[in-house]
Amino acid sequence: MNYDLIVIGGGPAGYVGAIRAAQLGKKVACVEKERAGGTCLNWGCIPTKSLLRNAELFHLMKHRADEFGFSFDNLSYDWGNVIKRSRSVADKNAGGIEYLFKKNKVDYILGEASLERAGVVTVKGKDGKAQKLEAANVLLATGVVSRPMPGLPFNGTTVIGSREAMVLAKQPKSIVIIGAGAIGVEFAYFFNAFGTKVTLVEMLPNILPLEDTEASQTLEKAYAKLGIQVLTNTKVVKAEAGKESVKISVEGKKAETLEAEVCLVAIGVQPLLPGGAAVKLTQRGYIETDARYQTSLNGVFAAGDIIGPPLLAHVASYEAIQAVEGIFTNHAPKKVTVFPSCTYCQPQVASVGLTERAAKEKGLKFKVGKFPFSASGKARAVGEIDGFVKILFGEPNGEVLGAHIVGSEATEMIGELGLAITLEATHEEIEATIHAHPTLSESVHEATGQAYGLAIHI
Amino acid sequence: MPYIEMPKLSDTMTEGTVVKWHKAIGDSVSVGDVLAEIETDKAVMELEAFDDGTLKEICVAEGGKAKVGDHLALLLGAGETAPKKTDKVASLEKSDGAAKTAEPAQPVSAKPAAAAAPTASSGRVKASPLAKKIAAAKGVQLATIQGSGPGGRVIAKDLESATAQAPRTATTSAPILPGPLPEGAKRIPLSGMRKIIAERLLASKTQIPHFYLNIEVDAGNLMQMRAQVNAPLEKAGTGKLTINDFILKAVVAAAVKVPRVNASYAGDAIIEYPDVHLSVAVAVEDGLVTPVVRAAQTKSLRQISESVKDLATRARTKKLKPEEYQGGTLTVSNLGSHGIDNFLAIINPPQAIILAIGAIVKKPVVNAQDEIVPGHRLAIGLSADHRVVDGAVGAQYLAELRLLIENPALMLI
Repeated sequence: MNYDLIVIGGGPAGYVGAIRAAQLGKKVACVEKERAGGTCLNWGCIPTKSLLRNAELFHLMKHRADEFGFSFDNLSYDWGNVIKRSRSVADKNAGGIEYLFKKNKVDYILGEASLERAGVVTVKGKDGKAQKLEAANVLLATGVVSRPMPGLPFNGTTVIGSREAMVLAKQPKSIVIIGAGAIGVEFAYFFNAFGTKVTLVEMLPNILPLEDTEASQTLEKAYAKLGIQVLTNTKVVKAEAGKESVKISVEGKKAETLEAEVCLVAIGVQPLLPGGAAVKLTQRGYIETDARYQTSLNGVFAAGDIIGPPLLAHVASYEAIQAVEGIFTNHAPKKVTVFPSCTYCQPQVASVGLTERAAKEKGLKFKVGKFPFSASGKARAVGEIDGFVKILFGEPNGEVLGAHIVGSEATEMIGELGLAITLEATHEEIEATIHAHPTLSESVHEATGQAYGLAIHI
Repeated sequence: MPYIEMPKLSDTMTEGTVVKWHKAIGDSVSVGDVLAEIETDKAVMELEAFDDGTLKEICVAEGGKAKVGDHLALLLGAGETAPKKTDKVASLEKSDGAAKTAEPAQPVSAKPAAAAAPTASSGRVKASPLAKKIAAAKGVQLATIQGSGPGGRVIAKDLESATAQAPRTATTSAPILPGPLPEGAKRIPLSGMRKIIAERLLASKTQIPHFYLNIEVDAGNLMQMRAQVNAPLEKAGTGKLTINDFILKAVVAAAVKVPRVNASYAGDAIIEYPDVHLSVAVAVEDGLVTPVVRAAQTKSLRQISESVKDLATRARTKKLKPEEYQGGTLTVSNLGSHGIDNFLAIINPPQAIILAIGAIVKKPVVNAQDEIVPGHRLAIGLSADHRVVDGAVGAQYLAELRLLIENPALMLI
């Protein structure tokens, strides 16, 4: 079989790249070893958002019913159905991708792909039969998997990665989560909401260490209120996994040994390289690509998590589209420079562009505008006054350098500021845009005004 | 709005001259009445009234200039009273008079003016808000910047290098200007048209990577055919066809064959146009204009001929409407009748090519039998934007053009 493009991997890079190539009239195959949608749809973004929705609702009913005038006599939940809902959401989404493949006439091939050499891919099907596919171009989009903790290998029961954490058959009474990036932080919220005793361990000084320090600190305070034990500046020095529990010795403010039923290791990921011909890797083991997303092999391209951070589904999709358009059209591919980051705990954390820290390190001159949700009428009405909007404006022109939002709908609000950066809008354009009242997004307008002494409500 | 402002009558117009007032102060005016004649960089146009009323004040005298948007006159309807004077009165001519008596400038209003300034010179320039601010701060004309954003939009990055270039062009262009004028030297202020020619051709020559191709074609058959065609036409007393008419027809037909030359560079794409809108350079007093024969590929030789004749006549009397000299997709300049054998022209942006047609010259030619015979030779120069047209494409286009001119019967097909 001869294709214009074979995509290895069916995640947000792979399936998006395959569909775009098909839209450009190319003959495309997408090889996936498990299920279309990749980690994002099956074992990441989507199923965890489902779990977190359950967690939010339960938290609201359990702890804030009074405030809203509700009362329950026998408020309870069925853990199994919480998990089941998440799986069925993932399943429906993956089915959607399979439908899109059909609609766009992409050959969807289930099996394990191996790159023989540029232009030749062999696929071993579930039945063990191998088939050889040929294509003018190959796009590697194999993604990443959870990275184990040295000295604490995954055992699937008491030491687990995120994939196991979202399908635990029984709710653990206690959990230690190592690593407070987006995954660790989200699972901390989820388990805590259902009453699991959660300890979140982070080596760096703040949770969500890549976010603006103020955002991290605001979330740490919110987590403390929720009863999550957060240990920052804390190193794991020894770990022992038993059949029923784990013991983790840590050194932070004080040295202590944490004991829990389960330990979720969320310290990061490692690349999942396709088998077969070797392509040049970066120091950190990701696939190295040039400005056109081409690897060291001619005609072999790579996009998504497998080419390194930022490891985000929306970045992966963007990269795949850039790569594919670069292969088949005159388009000069662009690399990712500005992208939103979102964490879906409550309050949510969302950002785009530079943190205040990074802006200072770069020696940039800037102004900060900030507006707390406690001053927003809408936030008060819906009972979500935690958090703020913080925007960095460059001096002297007032362009948006970065934006950071902590709040109940932060992830839905960051888009406006991403657009502002892409369009090179300045504070004047945001100021001149009428924001609907009452909305949480008015806070973007007010934060902008605050930087220039024009805010009304603060 | 009782004040009548200088309208923007063409996309490149920044200021206009009041040639003549057709109404005097105190005259009553109805909708559609011609108030004045305005000369732009391209043409003289009539300024019509949009409201009924009485002309109360004339702000710019005949011969005076005003920037687009400046007040020209005050027209009051029944019951209307004159608004408070603003500083919008003809800033060019009366900058020391009216402006001084106007209210002190407010710092707030200075901001949008600064941001808008770069776009004022030649219509709307697509640019990001940040790019506009940076350009205003550095005094860079946005119109001179090649945008690298979507759709050729000027973004901040484009100005990083542009600001680096700006001082260089300043230092290199400064010595070109003459020093102290010798006695008797005549100083001729630039007309609107000369300013535009200077700006656009400087931008073209400095920003478009020109390359040039030359061919010499045998015009013998063409002259014969013209004679054949014109004999009956002359008898019938209808207009004769010129050699240039035939060449224009061939230029258009060849462009249909090689559509890449009928195109523009758009920053992130090349735009190929579906129609050949043929710009024809016409020399006018103190300048030139390039009226456009629209969709010339759909027109017969006769239609092209008549169209050019009409446009050229009206161009010389400045009677062209803006849509008649805008939107061309390629240009032909013919200096044959001015006694030029061979030349090359500067591209008329945003087009991709311009053809320079010389005179048909009688000269000795070595024919296919290796004999030296008298030939009618026509030199054609092609200037092309290398971002759009490569050498081989230019050559292919000229080959098509040669084929048509040397075998003019093909134009009938």
